[in-house]
Amino acid sequence: MSKKSYRQAINEALRQEMRRDPTVIIMGEDVAGGAGAPGEQDAWGGVLGVTKGLLAEFGRDRILDTPLSESAYIGAAAGAAATGLRPVAELMFVDFLGVCFDQIFNQAAKFRYMFGGKARTPLVIRAMYGAGFRAASQHSQSLYPIFTHIPGLKVVIPSSAYEAKGLLIQSIRDDDPVIFLEHKVLYDTEEEVPDEAYTIPFGEANLTREGRDVTIVAIGRMVGLANEAADRLAKQGISCTVLDPRTTSPLDTATILECVEETGRLVIVDEASPRCNIATDISALVAQEAFGALKAPIRMVCPPHVPVPFAPNLEDAYVPSAARIEAAVQSVMVAQKKAA
Amino acid sequence: MQMNREDLLRAYRTMRTIRDFEERLHVEFATGEIPGFVHLYAGEEASATGVCTHLRDDDFIASTHRGHGHCIAKGVEVQGMMHEIYGRRDGVCGGKGGSMHIADLSKGMLGANGIVGGGPPLICGAALSAKIRKTGGVAIAFLGDGASNQGTTLESLNLASVWALPAIFVVEDNGYAEATSSSYSVAGSQAARAAGFGMPCTEVDGFDFFAVHEAAGAAIDRARQGGGPTMLHVKLARYYGHFEGDATTYRAPGEVDRLRAEKDCLNRFRARVTEAALMDGVELDAVDQAVADEIEVAVRNAKAAVMPAEADLLTDVYVQY
Ligand SMILES: Cc1ncc(C[n+]2csc(CCOP(=O)(O)OP(=O)(O)O)c2C)c(N)n1
Repeated sequence: MSKKSYRQAINEALRQEMRRDPTVIIMGEDVAGGAGAPGEQDAWGGVLGVTKGLLAEFGRDRILDTPLSESAYIGAAAGAAATGLRPVAELMFVDFLGVCFDQIFNQAAKFRYMFGGKARTPLVIRAMYGAGFRAASQHSQSLYPIFTHIPGLKVVIPSSAYEAKGLLIQSIRDDDPVIFLEHKVLYDTEEEVPDEAYTIPFGEANLTREGRDVTIVAIGRMVGLANEAADRLAKQGISCTVLDPRTTSPLDTATILECVEETGRLVIVDEASPRCNIATDISALVAQEAFGALKAPIRMVCPPHVPVPFAPNLEDAYVPSAARIEAAVQSVMVAQKKAA
Repeated sequence: MQMNREDLLRAYRTMRTIRDFEERLHVEFATGEIPGFVHLYAGEEASATGVCTHLRDDDFIASTHRGHGHCIAKGVEVQGMMHEIYGRRDGVCGGKGGSMHIADLSKGMLGANGIVGGGPPLICGAALSAKIRKTGGVAIAFLGDGASNQGTTLESLNLASVWALPAIFVVEDNGYAEATSSSYSVAGSQAARAAGFGMPCTEVDGFDFFAVHEAAGAAIDRARQGGGPTMLHVKLARYYGHFEGDATTYRAPGEVDRLRAEKDCLNRFRARVTEAALMDGVELDAVDQAVADEIEVAVRNAKAAVMPAEADLLTDVYVQY
């Protein structure tokens, strides 16, 4: 056990799995950096240095810098996965999904079903998501609902360093295509993380705090903000449960429903655009399966339905904040379900 | 195309404006006041300027993440750009886009682009629009050596030839895509790729404004006359990192200093016009001073300018909803 950043936790998971299994390879743009260049090799280790240092141990046969051709290398990773390798392909910013989506959703995601259960595609696609970097509309999106919509894909969104390491090792060992989304604002956050390899199973939500009054379900970076809000609310005498689903596909519906049965109130915090996102999905689930338990309308805390803006004050207004979560919880505490 | 004194002065002023704009951003970015990602065009000025001096406002260009030079060369207001880069309300995009998304359709500038390879298909569309509307206009995609490997680029080369579009693909080959050398990532050659899609390609020395100007002029004339698309393979160098903050350890020691000393496009332009006695140093120095003043004012104004109003967050998503 030692203090590690989210970035280090991911790097360590990759290194340990590459040592353990020679079929694990990494590919992506500048995952090492310096290919063909006169200066330092491993010059970047990914744009934010997440894969830095792996080249020295594993060499260019297993750490592959790719040309700027996402369709080709993401598709190649899918093809390699179907034929004996366990590629971890890095898409850099998840927004670049736009360039290569066919290889993900028509190819990798569907092999197993279309081929009558005969294929295995142990592919991991890593990408960073989320707002907060002043990176504007094409480098800040939270696109996990799009992946979650596709049967055949598993979608993993680690909310902290500990979560990132265990979930990434699980993703690499999993035999299905996994989309692993790292929030760019979390890379420098630290916590105690075991030094040895460990896994966190998919589809098991993490109860980060237990309370009586309100259940807050939060995704990715929003888990930290939800706990901040819950700290403040505790001082006002409002006790919250904060649930991190960890994976949006599969989704731990049982734990969500259990928590709502206990508290009778639900706030969902989702950084993705508000239409057809995870918050609407969970709302529908609870409305169908736990309507009787609800003491107040469900509240969703999401950004507005607009692209992510550049100007810092606009971006700050865009992203859900602890203050907005706090206000939503207060509102469900006063709201009553109207009698039928 | 012959250039008169006025044309030469304008071209020099454009290149100097781009250089000063970028060198000043390099300094200002380091203070932490500029939000987001900034990719500087310094070193590559002869390319944008050599191409865009041939263009009218109704000719369209599509740019890249490294777009400031293309914007300035196509006539986008320097003050509006500076405001945009600082995220101010009065920026050319109202502070919503920032460095990577500067656009001004009234000037034929279809946008810088955060997606590498995003521009070439759009340029096929702009060229098709000019062709169908019979404007006599051309459309030009600027793209890097990295972007030349993107499927969208290769598909666009084919489409432009199939439809005989008035389109030009300017491959600005600075030798690197991020930290990856084009000697590793580009198989074959740009010229052979163009030939494979049935279009001519001219290899151009991108440190030489006059070479770019001449090659671009020929390609643009050909396109305007219905002769179809051309590729220009422009070899040049960027002086700074991929983005501000890049330590550039992948480059050879002294690589940039050597290029600045031996090949710099502004120095070469000065030498050429003064040796030919077309202009004297005093005139050019006066341009330098005027540009320095303009950039100083632009930065000062941008720092003092207001941010967008919070209500602006919700506007401009749709024309009507
Ligand atoms: C589709 C997509 N993939 C990757 C990136 C990240 N990225 C931004 S610029 C760049 C390199 C571009 O190289 P090149 O086209 O040669 O242009 P240069 O930066 O040299 O001007 C990369 C990989 C991106 N913005 N979009």
